[in-house]
Amino acid sequence: MFFAWLGFGGDYVWALSSTHHPFPFLGILLTSVAVVAAWYAYKTGPEKVLWATGAHEVIDPQTDNERQLVNAVEEMAIAAGVPRPRIWVVPDDDPNAFATGHDPRDSHVAVTQGLLRICNRDELQAVIGHELGHVKNLDVRLMTTLAALVGAVLLVRDGMGRTMNFGRLSRSGRRSKDAGPLVAILLALWVISWIIAPLVTQLLAFAVSRKREYLADAMSAQFTRNPLALASALEKIESAVAPTESIKRGAAHLCIADPLGRHFTNREGFLADTFATHPPMGMRISRLKGMGYAELKKAAQPL
Amino acid sequence: MWVLLILAVVIVLWVIAAYNGLISLKNQTVNAFKQIDVQLKRRHDLIPNLVNAVKGAMDFEKSTLEAVIQARNQAVKVNASGPDNVKQISQAENALSGALSRLLVTVERYPELKATSNIAQLQEELTSTENRIAFARQLYNDTATQYNTKQQQFPTTLVAGLAHAERADLWEIEDQAERAVPQVDLSRR
Repeated sequence: MFFAWLGFGGDYVWALSSTHHPFPFLGILLTSVAVVAAWYAYKTGPEKVLWATGAHEVIDPQTDNERQLVNAVEEMAIAAGVPRPRIWVVPDDDPNAFATGHDPRDSHVAVTQGLLRICNRDELQAVIGHELGHVKNLDVRLMTTLAALVGAVLLVRDGMGRTMNFGRLSRSGRRSKDAGPLVAILLALWVISWIIAPLVTQLLAFAVSRKREYLADAMSAQFTRNPLALASALEKIESAVAPTESIKRGAAHLCIADPLGRHFTNREGFLADTFATHPPMGMRISRLKGMGYAELKKAAQPL
Repeated sequence: MWVLLILAVVIVLWVIAAYNGLISLKNQTVNAFKQIDVQLKRRHDLIPNLVNAVKGAMDFEKSTLEAVIQARNQAVKVNASGPDNVKQISQAENALSGALSRLLVTVERYPELKATSNIAQLQEELTSTENRIAFARQLYNDTATQYNTKQQQFPTTLVAGLAHAERADLWEIEDQAERAVPQVDLSRR
């Protein structure tokens, strides 16, 4: 939709300002370029993300840690009622985890070695439950699509910049004919939307991502029936403040905790509300503990 | 006139959607129930290998291991006799769960045993196997509850007869010993 406006809007302005090119070739070209670029990014997204982090797939578990990981993933897949995802380990000492893929039948869950090292079985299971919550909610598809869109907008805009310069040169002579204020306004609007396009898609990704984190936390609690395990896992992840070096900026919204270790993630407020990919850790932990204490209270009541 | 026509179309579309929703939930419930079977079968297949792997290290706890094997064989036998006697099957499976949890408790009692990687692996596999069965039952109960709620709620309940929706039974613990939860005293003294 957005691309159609960017493309066809340009054509409209062009058609108004000159008598040539009544055929909206620019719109069709742009839209198809964007569709192809987005489709390509969407198709190869999961592989690229995994490749960028240097993850290796666990096919035949060798160590005790890996065996536990595979078991935990399979258990959670049963609890979530989704097929078993492919399992990857990222050689990074900082605790983190992420999920990617297109739909529940083709999904990937990756954890860092740091996570395997510091988490006990229940905590690991809760983290995996969180990731499978993303898989079951189709968040992974949404996130991959958003990442693809952000990339495609950037790509097309760069290409457009050159075309525009060229176009201006070739028809500078006819420009004075009968432009009118309407054309000027439309042109301005169109240019502005080009400038803000990547920003808008990025902000959209952030906003969607934060809502989805809460939901995935709740799903994890539903699968494990043990929200306190996820709370303590999040506490452990948070206390290891070092940024996850092998996870790049573009994949940040896929992870369980912000891999960049940005400070504003942990605060409420306008800046965090606009730019953070994750809700504040304190909020997530306190919500999980709220779920947990409700259960503890119920269990402690006299029989 | 037009209003009535539109209303009729909306109602027909709603009936189709509600019917399909019920059928989808029904099949999910059946599938979730079969998943429990799959996990129970997996446990039967796994136990002999696991026990063989630790036989040497656990010589002094032979009786616990034998109890597990016996319970397993009993469960396999009951299962082979047909899927109809649900009560016997669940009894045999519960007995097997009990034997396995006793084995796990036994392993816990010998910390030096856990240093042996075979035993650590056994512990992990047993925990995972029991978890899988528990999670399969949990998924079944969740799905069945969703299905039951949907078919009893108005207005979906009007379509329930059309979809042949019937209440799905939830999985319950028959063994009273299993129901007993450990007492936790949270009061401060």
